[in-house]
Amino acid sequence: MKKLLLATAAGALIAGAAGAEDIKMGISLGFTGPLESMAPAMRDGAKLAMKEVSDSGLLLDGSTVTAVEGDSTCADAAAATATVERLITAEGVKGIVGGMCSGETIASLENVAKPNGVVMISPSATSPALSTIEDNGLFFRTSPSDARQGQVMADIIMEKGINSVAVSYTNNDYGKGLADSFQAAFEEKGGTVTVNSAHDDGKADYSAEVAALAAAGGDALVVAGYVDQGGSGIVRAALDTGAFDTFVFPDGMVGTALVENFGTEISGSFGQNPAAEGEGRDTYLKLAEEAGYDGSGAFSAEAYDGAALMLLAMAAAGSSDPGTYKDKIMDVANEPGEKIMPGELAKALEIINGGGDVDYVGATSVELVGAGESAGVYREVSFNDAGEMEVVGYR
Amino acid sequence: MDILNALVAFLNFVFIPAAAYGAQLALGALGVTLIYGILRFSNFAHGDTMAFGTAVTILVTWALQAAGISLGPLPTALLALPLGIAGTAALVLLTDRAVYRFYRVQKAAPIILVMASVGVMFLMNGLTRLLIGVDEQRFADGARFVINVRDFREMTGLQEGLALKTTQALTVIVAVIVVWALFWFLNRTKSGKAMRAYSDNEDLALLSGIDPEKVVRLTWIIAAGLATIAGVLYGLDKAFKPFNYFQILLPIFAAAIVGGLGNPLGAIAGGFVVAFSEVAITYPWLKVAGYLFPGWEPGGLLQLLGTEYKFAVSFVILIVVLLFKPTGLFRGKSV
Repeated sequence: MKKLLLATAAGALIAGAAGAEDIKMGISLGFTGPLESMAPAMRDGAKLAMKEVSDSGLLLDGSTVTAVEGDSTCADAAAATATVERLITAEGVKGIVGGMCSGETIASLENVAKPNGVVMISPSATSPALSTIEDNGLFFRTSPSDARQGQVMADIIMEKGINSVAVSYTNNDYGKGLADSFQAAFEEKGGTVTVNSAHDDGKADYSAEVAALAAAGGDALVVAGYVDQGGSGIVRAALDTGAFDTFVFPDGMVGTALVENFGTEISGSFGQNPAAEGEGRDTYLKLAEEAGYDGSGAFSAEAYDGAALMLLAMAAAGSSDPGTYKDKIMDVANEPGEKIMPGELAKALEIINGGGDVDYVGATSVELVGAGESAGVYREVSFNDAGEMEVVGYR
Repeated sequence: MDILNALVAFLNFVFIPAAAYGAQLALGALGVTLIYGILRFSNFAHGDTMAFGTAVTILVTWALQAAGISLGPLPTALLALPLGIAGTAALVLLTDRAVYRFYRVQKAAPIILVMASVGVMFLMNGLTRLLIGVDEQRFADGARFVINVRDFREMTGLQEGLALKTTQALTVIVAVIVVWALFWFLNRTKSGKAMRAYSDNEDLALLSGIDPEKVVRLTWIIAAGLATIAGVLYGLDKAFKPFNYFQILLPIFAAAIVGGLGNPLGAIAGGFVVAFSEVAITYPWLKVAGYLFPGWEPGGLLQLLGTEYKFAVSFVILIVVLLFKPTGLFRGKSV
């Protein structure tokens, strides 16, 4: 009896703390699988934003934010669905930063997030299919669609004076979407795609695939794959057999692992990945360094922005209910309002709590268009004679 | 000049990769065929024996590298190989003692032994993953190339390049040495002759005083050696990943059956037949044809099957051989 009384009293105390709650936020990324080397920096980005908001004590009367991680594996849609299911039903998260790869994201969005009415913001799922998916206004992404990347890649290749390329893509939604959008854009500009064929991840040997690409020919090879998987295998086999010297790397390939794997062997190759320039990005890199991780990792900044957008939208809606705050995400991301840089989330919350408007710029110059996806600024990189990756420009 | 270019393209993309792959399959098939000939069952655990042997070798390689020992231009894994073989031999002798001997004493039907070997396969599968994990490991060090593309082009002035990886050359050389040693052992030594006698007629061999347990032990040790060497060469040339060794079981069995189960010479021939068919059928011949017939411009890539269907080739060869020549090309035992 005494215990019951105590418990009731304690319960009353907690309930009395004026609406403040502990908001759980899910992070569903591929910590194992084909993009496992990118996932930690992305998680750290999302967590940094959550910590910033939580520490400020300004979100919904001093609510705190707790991150719950889950492994989406990137490649296995069933595993990703199970992970998101756990995050939503067992952990009760109010929003999810994820998934990481397109196929897995589509599966977990349609099977779990949509029926349960939970918001998902993907930092890195870039398939064009996600632009038109029926999402009840619950899905957003801080990365641009690959339809745009296809255009940018076609421009870069054309400007290098190359007008005949072979394309090898990883056999999934991301690879196929990117390869097709690139082919369409490249051919429209007058280029020739000699062959557009798939490779499967996780094989021991890619010499047969490369032999087919070599037979078709082309001045460069576009590798729309994953750096921790078949993508690197294709590059390795192409270098070994001398089939191609110049490679074009889209976002799934641009990473430090590429430099570690190949060094000077890929001198003269180039690529692009979504990453904005400017004040926001510099600030973010500094913040990341202070927090003890590398913020320049692919999609790390996008993950920070994804988490920040959800939390600011909660503040603007005055509620952590996904069904309510989902409508505010576009408002906080776009004009009008005070521009918000990374590290200024506390200031943003103050403005919102005071009834003002914010225009979240963040680490990647966020500007959500269409069905809630980033308009897309790409960073063009090239690999110099010393085997280092250098940033050439932004477009 | 064009004929030379065609030849170089053929060597670079078909002959060299297929020869190295064929040598790896041949060594694997030799192990399978040896067990079939002497112990009279198809050992499904052979692929995972290869994986286990390679995993042990990789661990020893890492230890050697950490100690600063290397073989110069050759991969350090060669130094680690004897220890890898010893470890694998110990494991297969243990499984023989614990599993196969029981059925042998009972004179169980071969199919029961085959099923037991499937069980052993899953066990070794798990053991290898516990030992080294499921991830891909690359452990080739030393010089990567004997001839690389750029040098070859500069040397010859040809348009096509030729690459010969150290691991490819090494695979073929080691395979030749191992096969020679095996045949010498089987034909010239007393133990080898005892093994052949036991294989030809068990009862007669027992009457002439051959110790069956000794023959069985020797067979396992040799099979473990062949499996480890095949596994390490495959891993050096491509990459080590436990799952790939499970997949390679099919082409190895295809090779052993094509050649004639139980016939060592057949296993070698079968390995090359399977490897060359796999590569030649999935290779697009457009480039080679372009050099040979300059005027001809075919629409497609002249590729018989997409590279995704590589494994299907082994299946088809298996089925065709089993249908028309169940004893294999070299007259092994019928399956």
